[in-house]
Amino acid sequence: MAQSAEHVLDHVELFRGPEYQQMLANKKKMFENPRDPAEVERIREWAKTPEYREKNFAREALTVNPAKACQPLGAVFASVGFEATLPFVHGSQGCVAYYRSHLSRHFKEPSSCVSSSMTEDAAVFGGLNNMIDGLANSYNMYKPKMIAVSTTCMAEVIGDDLNAFIKTSKEKGSVPADFDVPFAHTPAFVGSHVTGYDNALKGILEHFWDGKAGTAAKLERAPNKKINLIGGFDGYTVGNIREIKRIFELMGIQYTILADNSDVFDTPTDGEFRMYDGGTTLEDAAKAVHAKATISMQQWCTEKTLPFIADHGQEVVAFNYPVGVSATDEFLMALSRISGKDIPEELTRERGRLVDAMADSSAHIHGKKFAIYGDPDLCYGLAAFLLELGAEPIHVLSTNGNKAWEEKMQALFGSSPFGQNCHAYPGRDLWHMRSLLFTEPVDFLIGNTYGKYLERDTGTPLIRIGFPIFDRHHHHRSPVWGYQGGMNVLVKILDKIFDEIDKKTNIAGKTDYSFDIIR
Amino acid sequence: MSLATTQSIAEIKARNKELIQEVLKVYPEKTAKRRAKHLNVHEVGKSDCGVKSNLKSIPGVMTIRGCAYAGSKGVVWGPIKDMIHISHGPVGCGQYSWGSRRNYYVGTTGIDSFVTLQFTSDFQEKDIVFGGDKKLVKIIDEIQELFPLNNGITIQSECPIGLIGDDIEAVSRAKSKEYGGKTIVPVRCEGFRGVSQSLGHHIANDAVRDWVFDKVAPESKPTFEPTPYDVAIIGDYNIGGDAWSSRILLEEMGLRVIAQWSGDGSLAELEATPKAKLNVLHCYRSMNYISRHMEEKFGIPWCEYNFFGPSKIVESLRKIAGYFDDKIKEGAERVIAKYQPLVDAVIAKYRPRLEGKSVMLFVGGLRPRHVIGAYEDLGMEVVGTGYEFGHNDDYQRTAQHYVKDGTLIYDDVTGYEFERFVEKIQPNLVGSGIKEKYVFQKMGVPFRQMHSWDYSGPYHGYDGFAIFARDMDMAINSPIWKKTKAPWKEVPKPKLLAAE
Repeated sequence: MAQSAEHVLDHVELFRGPEYQQMLANKKKMFENPRDPAEVERIREWAKTPEYREKNFAREALTVNPAKACQPLGAVFASVGFEATLPFVHGSQGCVAYYRSHLSRHFKEPSSCVSSSMTEDAAVFGGLNNMIDGLANSYNMYKPKMIAVSTTCMAEVIGDDLNAFIKTSKEKGSVPADFDVPFAHTPAFVGSHVTGYDNALKGILEHFWDGKAGTAAKLERAPNKKINLIGGFDGYTVGNIREIKRIFELMGIQYTILADNSDVFDTPTDGEFRMYDGGTTLEDAAKAVHAKATISMQQWCTEKTLPFIADHGQEVVAFNYPVGVSATDEFLMALSRISGKDIPEELTRERGRLVDAMADSSAHIHGKKFAIYGDPDLCYGLAAFLLELGAEPIHVLSTNGNKAWEEKMQALFGSSPFGQNCHAYPGRDLWHMRSLLFTEPVDFLIGNTYGKYLERDTGTPLIRIGFPIFDRHHHHRSPVWGYQGGMNVLVKILDKIFDEIDKKTNIAGKTDYSFDIIR
Repeated sequence: MSLATTQSIAEIKARNKELIQEVLKVYPEKTAKRRAKHLNVHEVGKSDCGVKSNLKSIPGVMTIRGCAYAGSKGVVWGPIKDMIHISHGPVGCGQYSWGSRRNYYVGTTGIDSFVTLQFTSDFQEKDIVFGGDKKLVKIIDEIQELFPLNNGITIQSECPIGLIGDDIEAVSRAKSKEYGGKTIVPVRCEGFRGVSQSLGHHIANDAVRDWVFDKVAPESKPTFEPTPYDVAIIGDYNIGGDAWSSRILLEEMGLRVIAQWSGDGSLAELEATPKAKLNVLHCYRSMNYISRHMEEKFGIPWCEYNFFGPSKIVESLRKIAGYFDDKIKEGAERVIAKYQPLVDAVIAKYRPRLEGKSVMLFVGGLRPRHVIGAYEDLGMEVVGTGYEFGHNDDYQRTAQHYVKDGTLIYDDVTGYEFERFVEKIQPNLVGSGIKEKYVFQKMGVPFRQMHSWDYSGPYHGYDGFAIFARDMDMAINSPIWKKTKAPWKEVPKPKLLAAE
């Protein structure tokens, strides 16, 4: 018996002891009807081959380890970015349990959201009663200022009409007639979480700007000097939005962050649970129609929202998750152009510091090969940064990327001498990535927590950047946007590079050389 | 400090009753009426906890519950390691449940084991419009080509499957035939079915019955020589290795575990289970169905047990041994004696640090009752508990064997109720899930996730008890809880705040 009160062994060590190892070996041999180890080994090796890759890429129906989630997750993420807003997902209740868990596991924060808890009878008769009761309960219990409704695939398949349902609920007195209940249809079988973000945000803006579903006058746009900024679905929203605010304030620009969830996903532990915290005020959301321009930090998170805003007479500008020097330059120059404000010396110095850091470390990262996967904009932003570091983003894969994304990625590769051997893979999953890493190995992999399976199987060291990150803590609190954010990404990459060199050179008596103190 | 220890039972009962009335005030009348039936103060001697259960959750209240898919794919089927479980429908369900339940296993992942892979049919609009059966056919072919060492396939239905009229049973039969009788199991666990995870467990149990047991020829021999001491562990999902730290005890007492359901389990183990002499059932809620079926059809008795904390472990080892001869009975005593020094040392170390501390629980499955003994072994007291998806038979077991007089009982608790209860009762520890963890920690209340063991474990068995004690101590006695107030803020009255 290895266990003791003095030194308690948990799962990390306990099962490595001989008693457990013997037990597990017996279990396998006696009862699991295991495959012949030679056969397992043969298939394992076969799965690394170009032949397997070809079969793997010929898949038409099966998806294995996708790097995307479904629409309502994005809708919930966007909705909590508004002041005292409770997301309400119409459909089966298990979905909401999943979104809340998923967001809590990433941010290590509470995630509040309700469901209309539809079951078999609602599948037959529709979920109107669930909406009527649900809105009344949520309104009374959680005292929101706004309830933002989206849908699960169940409600979409049976064709529930949110506009009509909300109208009826108000007539039945579930919530006051003038209470804000914006909505968006967010079918899980269309697009991904970035689509849901887009739909929900558009639904909320449409609500405030276009007459609250026929219950108020449409807003007349009276242009002002403000700039709206949309972050998009972003695992780093806490750090990034705060960095963006700092930049706006340094430049003296009046701004509105739309769907600002940077506070609700970063509340203090001080004895009080804040179900709601921060967020774009409803007043600001409405007044955002008057802004001079709206900037989206993620084109593919705002494919419908930006044209909607443009139709209201604003200039709209979309970026692709700007990371690094040039992308940040472009972002700041756009801000400067739109606002007429100069880029302050302080930001110029920050730029210089990032360039300084990149120059200092260039020798270690230049020519290194990377694979990246994640949301389409994140992939683009990280690939662009690697190119300006002289690194090669050989495989860039986005399960929720489309043809247009692929073209944009290829254009990016074409614009750099370091992009010549790089390829974009839209609509592919992490099992495809596995084949890529075996058949065309790279030095490092950038992706979310699920990349650890790829790291284990292919030996490609994982740099965790993306969503979700479940198995490392607190990185979402630091920005990856702005020059400061670029610095954070650079350091993250460099740390892994140096750790890997150390790991390969730390066997005393064998690799004493290269185990350097100074690099 | 808990208030509970300073009050008499009568005072506690009065306070709890008052609390229930208070939380009900927030609801619209109709909802208050419905919720009132799920909240109660336990009266000693009653045969159950006096609450309604296994009823529909109320829309909009922030239930903690999941769905039938979660009960089937996430709980029962997902851990069977050598089968591929297709999350059939849109991408989300499989994504959110991917690898999050910590069902430990050993195998070559992606080659002969598949627990931590996410297989999905990733439904698109055209699949909804034209149906997904053809896609499913192709998916099974692609699995066979790319994952040739899989020992079987299950189809875990997501909501749309049952709504668009797909015939996954027909596809399963046809493909099974095509692949030489391969085990292919269609599971009708669409998320809208039933009121919680619970129906998903039942549907998954029935799928084992219909698509595994009924396909195995009755005369087929197990691949091992049977012994009089063969048992199967039923309803242990090997979270953090729970089934392993249980199995080791059963084997040490002389029994032979021929199958684990379903943590670190395999198809061969499922198929061999009808050869067991006794099924030992840990999570009654999720696997009583198949245990009853095996009793009726194969005459295998089953026995509930509880491997949380030494008191219940001792009781359970003797209870299990009672089904066997003296050799096993002696084995049980030998095991109990062997681990007694560990138990004594753990209790000597941790009990003084935990004595008198109060706990509120809200969990699923067996845990709202099963862990109470382990807390009591450490001198702690459970002052409130409730089931996410329990039935009345769970509340009966709770009332008759576990909770004390005056315990606050809350079935399918809502976010609002749980916050209020904790705010007023001020327990020293809350044990619940990931969705609750940060809410209570923000309030300054120590918390442990009691679904995932907060990424620790195992908690089952003697080895697990040491970890359990360590973890409860580190949660409650973490120095961080003394720092939640900035020193320059005036010290408020010792009262926790919940969100409005």
